[in-house]
Amino acid sequence: MAMLEINGLNCFYGNVQVLWDVSMNIEQAEIVALLGANGAGKTTLLNSITGLVAPRSGSIIFEGAELMGAASHTLLEKGISYLPENGGLFPDMSVRENLEMGAYPRSVWKDRKAKLEKVFEMFPKLKEREKQMARTLSGGERQMLAMGRSMMTDVKLCLFDELSYGLSPLMAKEAFKIVQKMRDSGITVMLVEQNVKQSMEIADRAYVMENGRIVLSGKCSELMEDDYIKRAYLGL
Amino acid sequence: MKLINEYKANPKKLILPVLVAALLVLLGLSPNFTKPYATIMLGTIMMYIILSLSWNMFSGATGYVSLATAAFFGVGVYVSAFFGSSLSLPLLMLMGGIFSFVIAFLVGAVTLRLRGVYFTIFTLGIVKLLEQLMLYLEITFNKTRGRFVVSYTFTEVFYWLFILMILVILLSVFIKRTRFGLALKCIAEGEDAAMHIGIGSTMVKILAFAISSFAMGAAGAAMATRWTYIDPYIAFSTNLSFLPVLMVIFGGGRHVFGPLIGAVVFAYIQELLITDFPYVYMLAFGVIMIVSIIFMPNGIVGVIENIVGRIKKAKGGRKNADP
Repeated sequence: MAMLEINGLNCFYGNVQVLWDVSMNIEQAEIVALLGANGAGKTTLLNSITGLVAPRSGSIIFEGAELMGAASHTLLEKGISYLPENGGLFPDMSVRENLEMGAYPRSVWKDRKAKLEKVFEMFPKLKEREKQMARTLSGGERQMLAMGRSMMTDVKLCLFDELSYGLSPLMAKEAFKIVQKMRDSGITVMLVEQNVKQSMEIADRAYVMENGRIVLSGKCSELMEDDYIKRAYLGL
Repeated sequence: MKLINEYKANPKKLILPVLVAALLVLLGLSPNFTKPYATIMLGTIMMYIILSLSWNMFSGATGYVSLATAAFFGVGVYVSAFFGSSLSLPLLMLMGGIFSFVIAFLVGAVTLRLRGVYFTIFTLGIVKLLEQLMLYLEITFNKTRGRFVVSYTFTEVFYWLFILMILVILLSVFIKRTRFGLALKCIAEGEDAAMHIGIGSTMVKILAFAISSFAMGAAGAAMATRWTYIDPYIAFSTNLSFLPVLMVIFGGGRHVFGPLIGAVVFAYIQELLITDFPYVYMLAFGVIMIVSIIFMPNGIVGVIENIVGRIKKAKGGRKNADP
């Protein structure tokens, strides 16, 4: 059984339908990329998963339980972490405080010291910046902080919204490398990206959205060879 | 234990707490050797300290500006008016606190979905709502507007306010270090982000709102026994909604000492202006307010922090300088 199963999702803003019969599934410990241009419905799909938008019909099943209707703040307890486009950091709190607050769910709050050490091990840069305010970090460091924070819980599924947004090509590469590391340690990752080429390189499978519908899906290695993808997204 | 070690490592950190403790002891003993006027004045100042600290506990921490202070204070006042003859002063304060807590909890559950200025306006509405409701009830069922309250001597009120103030100071200091206090800070920094890291922001906000109202109600219950006569206009005076906000702005809200200093200085200025310049006192108040917002955006504490930072820099220690 898939870890996350989305079936026949239809979503409306007022009377305008923005998601049309969207179905997808994500297996344990894989990276799945959700690709598409602006306005394709990627973020709406993410917001449906995180409970910010209420779909009109369909189902979202996480580890066998219905997710739809759950409040946003309960997702983390279930093992789903969401990283919004800007990282969702607390700018006037220190790096350490930001990380510690990542362990807010009661089940992990007591172990936050041990978790913190682990995160610092993975991101030594954050250890150096421990006492600095989050707003003084560079774009790349912020993204690392956001990623580190999501690892403060026993996260099973990580949803990234525009991970590479605003990062230099070098930093983006670095960030994607960390995503691969996360996958290797058993965390499932869903990448929502406009950076098609780079995400296809690291993802296992990809879904391509256009105008609120999923138009293509499959293994990245196969999609890379697809004529339509080549023409429309890779500019080849 | 951890705290003790921390202070052992850095004895300089002890200076401020020790100084404050000494001041508090002095204040606690003051009714023994000062004039009655000073005791009454200090009691009023302590009331403002309690109100601005408890206001800061919720509004300062979360950024939700509440103007409902007078409402919860008034609830406490009326608890004293109704039950004054059957309960002792500490019990009246406890009961005033509990009533305020419950009402704040219910009000919060309804209004804390609102954000920004909508929330602020609604909270001001609550003051007016309770004021008019009490007025209606009193005139309909009691045929008069006001009530007499069983009175206690101003020294008794002083001591109970003193105890309440110490509790509020301790709570303000310690709440910042807890998971709950950090959650409040996260809500101020970014409520959506807070929800994504698992903070059930609505419940956290409602609880903080109710806790801060507890002290307001308790203070109201104590003050009513000093006033001896109250009516809805006295109990729900909007001054008590606005003054704590101004005091926190004046003193600086980031540090616990901000509201404390703000309340002391502001209450004293108020007393001076009312006695010496009764006709221009509100005008002078406004000027002081504007000047302090322009020249000390982070309040008195901000100015002090700046000076301390500069001294440290001059000494070559740039560790804690604000970037």
